[in-house]
Amino acid sequence: MSFFLETLITGLFAGLMYALVAIGFVLIYKASGVFNFAQGAMVFLAALAFVTLVEHGFPFWIAFLATAALMVVVAILVEALVLRPLRNRDSLTLFMATLGLSFVIDGTAQFFLGTDVHMLDLGIDDIAEDYAGILISHFDIVASLIVVTLVAVLAIVFSKTRMGVSLRAVADDTLAAQSIGIRLPVIWRIVWSVAGLVALVAGLLWGARQGVQFSLSLITLKALPVLIIGGFSSIPGAIAGGLIVGASEALADIYLGPLVNGSVSTWFAYILAVAFLLIRPAGLFGDRDIERV
Amino acid sequence: MSLLSKTLALATSALIAAATLTSVAQADEATGQQLFPLFSYRTGPYAPSGIPQWAGYRDYFNYINEKGGVNGVKIFVQECETAYTLERAFECYERYKNGYAGAPVAVLFTTSSGFDAAISDKARLDKLPIISVAGGRGDAVDGSVFPYQFPLLFDYWTEASIVIEHIANQAGGYDKLNGLKIATLYHDSGYGRETIQPMAILSEKYGFENIQIAVPHPGEQQQAQWQQIKRAGVDWVFFRAWGVMSPVGLKTAARVGFPADRIIGDIWTGSEEDARPAGAAAKNYLAVSVFPSGTDFEITKELKKNVIDAGKGDLKDVSKFGSVYYNAGLVQAIIYTEILRTGQKKFGNRPLTKEEGQWAAEHLDITAERIAELGATGLLSPLKITPQDHEGDPAAKIVQWDGQKWNAVTDWLKGDRPLFRDAIYARAAAYAKEKGIEPRQAQN
Amino acid sequence: MPSGLLSRLDAPLLPIVAGLLVTFAVIPAMADDYWLSSIIIPTLVMGLAGIGLNLLQGYAGLVSLGSAAFMLIGAFSAYNLILRVPGLPLPLVLLISGLIAAAAGVVFGLPSLRIRGFYLGASTLGAQFFFEWLFSNFTWFSNDSQSLTISAPRLEILGYSLQSPLGRYFLAASVTVLLIGLAFLIVRSRLGREWMAIRDMETAASVLGIRVARRKLQAYAISSFFLGVTGVLWAFAYLGTSDAHTFNLDKSFQVLFIVLIGGVATIFGNFLGAAFIVLTPILLDRVVLAADLSFLGDQGALTNLQRIIFGAIIILLLIKEPDGLSALLRRARQAVRNRYAG
Repeated sequence: MSFFLETLITGLFAGLMYALVAIGFVLIYKASGVFNFAQGAMVFLAALAFVTLVEHGFPFWIAFLATAALMVVVAILVEALVLRPLRNRDSLTLFMATLGLSFVIDGTAQFFLGTDVHMLDLGIDDIAEDYAGILISHFDIVASLIVVTLVAVLAIVFSKTRMGVSLRAVADDTLAAQSIGIRLPVIWRIVWSVAGLVALVAGLLWGARQGVQFSLSLITLKALPVLIIGGFSSIPGAIAGGLIVGASEALADIYLGPLVNGSVSTWFAYILAVAFLLIRPAGLFGDRDIERV
Repeated sequence: MSLLSKTLALATSALIAAATLTSVAQADEATGQQLFPLFSYRTGPYAPSGIPQWAGYRDYFNYINEKGGVNGVKIFVQECETAYTLERAFECYERYKNGYAGAPVAVLFTTSSGFDAAISDKARLDKLPIISVAGGRGDAVDGSVFPYQFPLLFDYWTEASIVIEHIANQAGGYDKLNGLKIATLYHDSGYGRETIQPMAILSEKYGFENIQIAVPHPGEQQQAQWQQIKRAGVDWVFFRAWGVMSPVGLKTAARVGFPADRIIGDIWTGSEEDARPAGAAAKNYLAVSVFPSGTDFEITKELKKNVIDAGKGDLKDVSKFGSVYYNAGLVQAIIYTEILRTGQKKFGNRPLTKEEGQWAAEHLDITAERIAELGATGLLSPLKITPQDHEGDPAAKIVQWDGQKWNAVTDWLKGDRPLFRDAIYARAAAYAKEKGIEPRQAQN
Repeated sequence: MPSGLLSRLDAPLLPIVAGLLVTFAVIPAMADDYWLSSIIIPTLVMGLAGIGLNLLQGYAGLVSLGSAAFMLIGAFSAYNLILRVPGLPLPLVLLISGLIAAAAGVVFGLPSLRIRGFYLGASTLGAQFFFEWLFSNFTWFSNDSQSLTISAPRLEILGYSLQSPLGRYFLAASVTVLLIGLAFLIVRSRLGREWMAIRDMETAASVLGIRVARRKLQAYAISSFFLGVTGVLWAFAYLGTSDAHTFNLDKSFQVLFIVLIGGVATIFGNFLGAAFIVLTPILLDRVVLAADLSFLGDQGALTNLQRIIFGAIIILLLIKEPDGLSALLRRARQAVRNRYAG
């Protein structure tokens, strides 16, 4: 029983980490209707830039701020060079463009910063400790606190600030929002920047766990089923989806995996997501109007 | 009009491109040299394992060429980036299989077990010898079935028995293995699966419990697998990772509380690139080593003086000089030049053809004296290939990571290769049957 | 009755004859082994994959992000058919493999009856990861080969071996020509017209009495059939050896790129897209070699540079040529015609 609980709990923690990546998608999807495949590349770029700065002797906060600034620059460039020229195009074209964008971003990151595996030490031990017979890593606890804080900050920003209200207006009705004077390019730049910052946090946490290297960009694929289950446009949905995917995947790997002689983690979340789609097409918390997509 | 000019521009650029394609292929600037096509992967998930190896190759060839080449024949390196994908490797193969720019190809180094498996059929039809140093398919040691395939120096079957030998030594004898739980955590690929059969044979002989657990490519997630290991009460883990799977595995092991000094890594899991990114979690981690790290070998000192310090090296990050992967590339480059020398002794000091390359590879004999002449004592163990045995005499050390570098904790171990002979040759025979290959008669 | 068929297709005879002549006489006579093996065959086969996806996406308006999964099914089906059913002639092997892929396509197309748009991508992505896992996890499919690879069985038709590059080219080219014909038949038939009706206005289509659900599943079946046959060709006529990861997500995305770059709802455009996908990396590689750009960095840095350029070209094409390369060509042809006719 305690093993079951341990699996479940580590799964839930992993799920929060998935949710962290998924939130970046949700923000961009809400504001610009783009399914941003390049989010994983952004996570990779942020982590790689940060770790390179730290390795060159910069203190944590300076490296963090510099990387954050870099992500803002990326957001501005993306808006100007990709989003604006592709305005009013169908979602598949936009998706393909972000695929191209992911090549550009991870290519650029590796062109300038190299392809080495870097160790990223945030000073948080990733060693299991015994809590009432259940082994839990200290790192997981800190990471989930960070995720929770981040979500709380985002929620406050989006409900209390002018920018947040504008963003919600854009998400609700783009045309009406424009007609009352909200400038879409500005909103896009801001949202992509915020998504870049989320990518930075995700990059630090995932990078500390896995090492900073190319495969970091593959976590996009982990975020996709989370989004489908939670809905593309809901942050609470992303968190719920993350928890569901994390927990069920961990349990499936332990209990289902041995029956089919191997790990099922590459596909399990997707099949689960499809099942969810059939039962609840808009996702747990998603908008009803997915047909528009 | 603008559209027309646009189309014209497009057509012209297509023409120029086509012209580049053909003209590059037809230039004869490399006549009199020996082509070495280097199938690299400097991008993609396995780039960190690749880059230092290519530097090892290139720096050594650079050094040899500066000294006039191999008996006057310069080595013409053409690097072909594969990004670790089969399609690109095939294109590279097709581009270089018949030589390039006037330089013939003698033997081809496949640089990855995956490419080796994929190219082997083509190479057999093209009669082009392919060489994978300490990799490739184990049953290709049977030269009568695989005349064009050479898994030189080391194989994963022997590695499995060396790992068991080390565990037995630690436990106090082979009889103490009975009842131990030994898990193999492998990269789910042809490379990773190569040890399933030998571990089963060893388990049957010594009575330990054999647990096999797969990690899907690329292996950036291993929580469930390590939890399973922890729960099963495993005593030792034979860790057959590759690329990002290694540091992630070590960190995950620490997270579930599995001790690092009970994990023995594969030869491709035992480099600085594997251990260092795992930080403190890698301390005391063990690995099988065929390519010793270090910069104290004579040839390494020569390279340092003539290539690295002269600013002609291939490494961007010079701290990788003398690392496991760098030295792996270096050892492979040395073996290559020795194959050329072997062939030149018989066919004359000129670039060799693939037929001559095949003969040379089958008659390669790098003795201890020769290794000393090459300044590679301690870096390379003696290697003798025959038409029947395409591997040589495999041996490896167990090394341990102290947090900064690898230290040998054993001398050369030989394992129990004869134990597998029947199984390996049975596999080769089965392959011959499936493919309709008539095993050739022994000849010398 | 070929002439009746042609008139029904509204196809001009001359270009068809010329096309066949080029395919079966000019190219085989001109191209050397390298061109055949490394450029022409993959372009043909990937173009065919593009047609497969284009039928689904361009004509029926359904999304798929997992095209490679159906290629994978085709390839492994063919391998096992040849291995386990001795004496089965190659054309039948291709046909049955395509049908198996089609069956899988129907299963993974079922969610399309309930959900639409981009979310559908999830179902097909599920297929992508599931089948990649299935064929690498159960070694029975690769005849228990330790390396998990399947290698080309002896390819022959009526005792004539197709093992040489030219033989493999003829195999790929004949299948391609047949399937192009089939694709034209389909898109100009009632089925094709109803697909487009569903794509453009689903509700109206169902009001008009079109059986939407049935048509959608047919789209998945036919698309997957094309992809399945393509997979056989990719594995055996092009590569000769492959494993499950040959048909990974990158391949699915490549097929998507082909459709978008070549032009949505076109047939020949797919070959333009395929040529772009196959040639661009090779050309960039060659240009880098020829121009000696080593001052920019080592080969790895240059490969990353290629990755950047490739991504940028894709974005640029999407921005500048919304209808793909085939639209560009069409307009060019029109411009030439206007210039000389008027």
